[in-house]
Amino acid sequence: MQQTLDTTLLVIGGGPGGYVAAIRAGQLGIPTVLVEGQALGGTCLNIGCIPSKALIHVAEQFHQACSHQDGSALGIHVSAPRLDIGRSVAWKDGIVDRLTTGVAALLKKHGVKVIQGWATIVDGKNVEVDGQRIHCEHLLLATGSSSVELPMLPLGGPIISSTEALAPETLPKHLVVVGGGYIGLELGIAYRKLGARVSVVEARERILPTYDSELTQPVAESIGKLGIQLYLGHSVEGYDPASQCLTARDGQGQTLTLEADRVLVAVGRRPRTQGLECLDLKMNGPAIDVDARCQTSMRNVWAIGDLTGEPMLAHRAMAQGEMVAELIAGKSRRFEPAAIAAVCFTDPELVVVGTTPEQAGQQGLDCIVAQFPFAANGRAMTLESRSGFVRVVARRDNHLVMGWQAVGVGVSELSSAFAQSLEMGARLEDIAGTIHAHPTLGEAVQEAALRALGHALHL
Amino acid sequence: MGTHVIKMPDIGEGIAQVELVEWFVKIGDTITEDQVVADVMTDKATVEIPSPVSGKVLALGGEPGEVMAVGSELIRIEVEGSGNHVDTPQAKLVEPAGAVEAASAVQLPAASAAVGAVQPQGASAMADAVQSEGAPAAVGAGGRYTGCAASVAHRQADEKPLASPAVRKRALDAGIELRYVQGSGPAGRILHEDLDSFMSRPNTRVGQAPGGYDRRTDSEQIPVIGLRRKIAQRMQDAKRRVAHFSYVEEIDVTALEALRLHLNKQWSESRGKLTLLPLLVRAMVVALRDFPQINATYDDEAQVITRHGAVHVGIATQGDNGLMVPVLRHAEAGSLWDNASEITRLAHAARNNKATREEMSGSTITLTSLGALGGIASTPVVNTPEVAIVGVNRMVDRPVVIDGQIVVRKMMNLSSSFDHRVVDGMDAALFIQAVRGLLEQPACLFVE
Repeated sequence: MQQTLDTTLLVIGGGPGGYVAAIRAGQLGIPTVLVEGQALGGTCLNIGCIPSKALIHVAEQFHQACSHQDGSALGIHVSAPRLDIGRSVAWKDGIVDRLTTGVAALLKKHGVKVIQGWATIVDGKNVEVDGQRIHCEHLLLATGSSSVELPMLPLGGPIISSTEALAPETLPKHLVVVGGGYIGLELGIAYRKLGARVSVVEARERILPTYDSELTQPVAESIGKLGIQLYLGHSVEGYDPASQCLTARDGQGQTLTLEADRVLVAVGRRPRTQGLECLDLKMNGPAIDVDARCQTSMRNVWAIGDLTGEPMLAHRAMAQGEMVAELIAGKSRRFEPAAIAAVCFTDPELVVVGTTPEQAGQQGLDCIVAQFPFAANGRAMTLESRSGFVRVVARRDNHLVMGWQAVGVGVSELSSAFAQSLEMGARLEDIAGTIHAHPTLGEAVQEAALRALGHALHL
Repeated sequence: MGTHVIKMPDIGEGIAQVELVEWFVKIGDTITEDQVVADVMTDKATVEIPSPVSGKVLALGGEPGEVMAVGSELIRIEVEGSGNHVDTPQAKLVEPAGAVEAASAVQLPAASAAVGAVQPQGASAMADAVQSEGAPAAVGAGGRYTGCAASVAHRQADEKPLASPAVRKRALDAGIELRYVQGSGPAGRILHEDLDSFMSRPNTRVGQAPGGYDRRTDSEQIPVIGLRRKIAQRMQDAKRRVAHFSYVEEIDVTALEALRLHLNKQWSESRGKLTLLPLLVRAMVVALRDFPQINATYDDEAQVITRHGAVHVGIATQGDNGLMVPVLRHAEAGSLWDNASEITRLAHAARNNKATREEMSGSTITLTSLGALGGIASTPVVNTPEVAIVGVNRMVDRPVVIDGQIVVRKMMNLSSSFDHRVVDGMDAALFIQAVRGLLEQPACLFVE
């Protein structure tokens, strides 16, 4: 029996939430131990945000190259581009390696002890990892989330989750994506651009069902142009490996049969609470219930990130992790962001920050809603992008900006400006009065504010 | 229109100075006849000053805490008719901005403009008006907060306060809930300056961080004025001049308590309830017959000890503002119930600041009791120029050995202090032993 390891803070999970909490705790001089069962960086760095963006980049480059195959409007001629998916995946793995190694170095630099292994929770103050007992004052749960599986589509063989989809050995001939949310669409579009035939089956009546149809319209158009088949309002019944056929049924009971050599199940994620049941924490649906300080119902047991439910976003987990470390250091903190940006790296990209027009209506807020199309933005034209827009929602009485939505090529980078304006409590006049560099997509942000004030210049 | 001036009245024989404790009116207020305008204090009596006329307050003659000469101008009131006052320049009197402009032609135009700028604040506190003459800039800064507040749109109850992340973090660090802070920025945004104003306000409470305790750096300055200053002076004086000698004795009050309960059972409806105090007073009265040197006052400047036939017992009483000692006069002549009801009445009057100067002075010996808070022993401070003070400690059931047996008795300590310059230890001890003898055999309190 090994000796008990004593620490002040024990972090379970080395994803964006857990490792940021540990680094910040280290900076604040809190003795910290981090336990990770797989790879540092968690879902985000290893099988989520980063590898998917790498794959999307590969797909876009290949797609661009192919578009010049027989000469293009840009005057580029390319002859028969070829894709070595093995090397693509190796390149992606290189990025992931560099980042996870970086995380390990940062943890070490800040004096965090990293223990590799699966933690078994004994109680709110004691955890065992491979027989090693760790005693802590504060237990931070940051176990993240995992893909939701469908009972009629058990994973294995041709049926894969996003994890396998991000490390393909070969490309499928026909990929059927089950789920028209952002993960399914990001990967579906990437696979289509890499050359596979792609179909998307979604149970609801439209894609990206959490966003309004005005916002998702440019994405739907782009999907159509890329040749991705959409089967909306279809519920999946099952998959027959022998005939390689996926069956689904629509609302009227019509059966749909799709031949598919690979099926990607992307129907959402669920908080990973297995192993935490013994703590008997208060739950909020499938997630651990936490207050504004990320405190669970048990004293000095904290929970952050996907484990605490929606919105399941890495940047939310990081902010919560940083906050919990500071709370443990005795500072007074509260998680009360004005907004958390949500980005879909579809083609075109989509950003939502703060209040949408629909939410404003539900809250009974009298709001001005104005949008500025990228069709009138010079920079967008030079990027061969004509679709999409920036939309602003502001209170009519004092012009306080309540929310931003944008769809278009490269709009993910506008999310910082959107979030910052909301955090600073900007009014339409503040945005309209800020000189935005020309020629950039950001000009559309200023113009949207100007349009809300009734005097857009370039429209 | 005329001016009526109230002068500081002479409220005690031969007293030349009176302390102004509190104003109940401010410049510009309209007051009616008999309305109380101020509290003033002498010795230990606080006196209310009513206005004999109706009118508008033009000027106040001093600030709370200021010691003013009897006969000096207290307040100036504008009245219908001719008033009682012909206007002559008064150096002491501070007048509101407008009046200064009108009255003195020598003021520089710049200064007048500065004073004028203060006007929109209305009848601001006199201190502000004083500042405005010397330092208009300071008033500008001080007045800003009020000015901003007027233009601020108030948030709805459930509306989130609007503030940048830096302001939010600073507020959290300082333990301030932003929903209590008014925002002066665009759209009611809370700015760093708003936090500054909020934090510089008195009584800003600093909260506690979860998982730790915040270090507190706030402090509060309380001017020692009024009754508190009086108490401080008297206590300091007593401690400096008197050679204190304290003596603690244990008293078995089982029989006394039994008597008290019996008397209350028998008589409380018709004669009122008895506490221990009148019984203690009775014991002191009887014991003092044999110890005239203890019922005495000592004028150490004249080097004279006055032994008093009358027993005027000061009853130490806690009021809202501090310690007061109303006086039970001629305790030697009152019956048990006379003294009981008089003690109750005096304590009530003192607590409500209704005790007259007469009732607050002239004691020859003092009795101090904190009741259930009396503790085991205390070291009372002699109420000069008296030479003795008797302190009563808590009564408790204790095991006591009587005739070789442990029995439970009601025991109570008396902690008394004496002025050792004029009271010898032997006499003090004998006096307390006499009191003890009387209290332990309560029949002796009444059998002559």
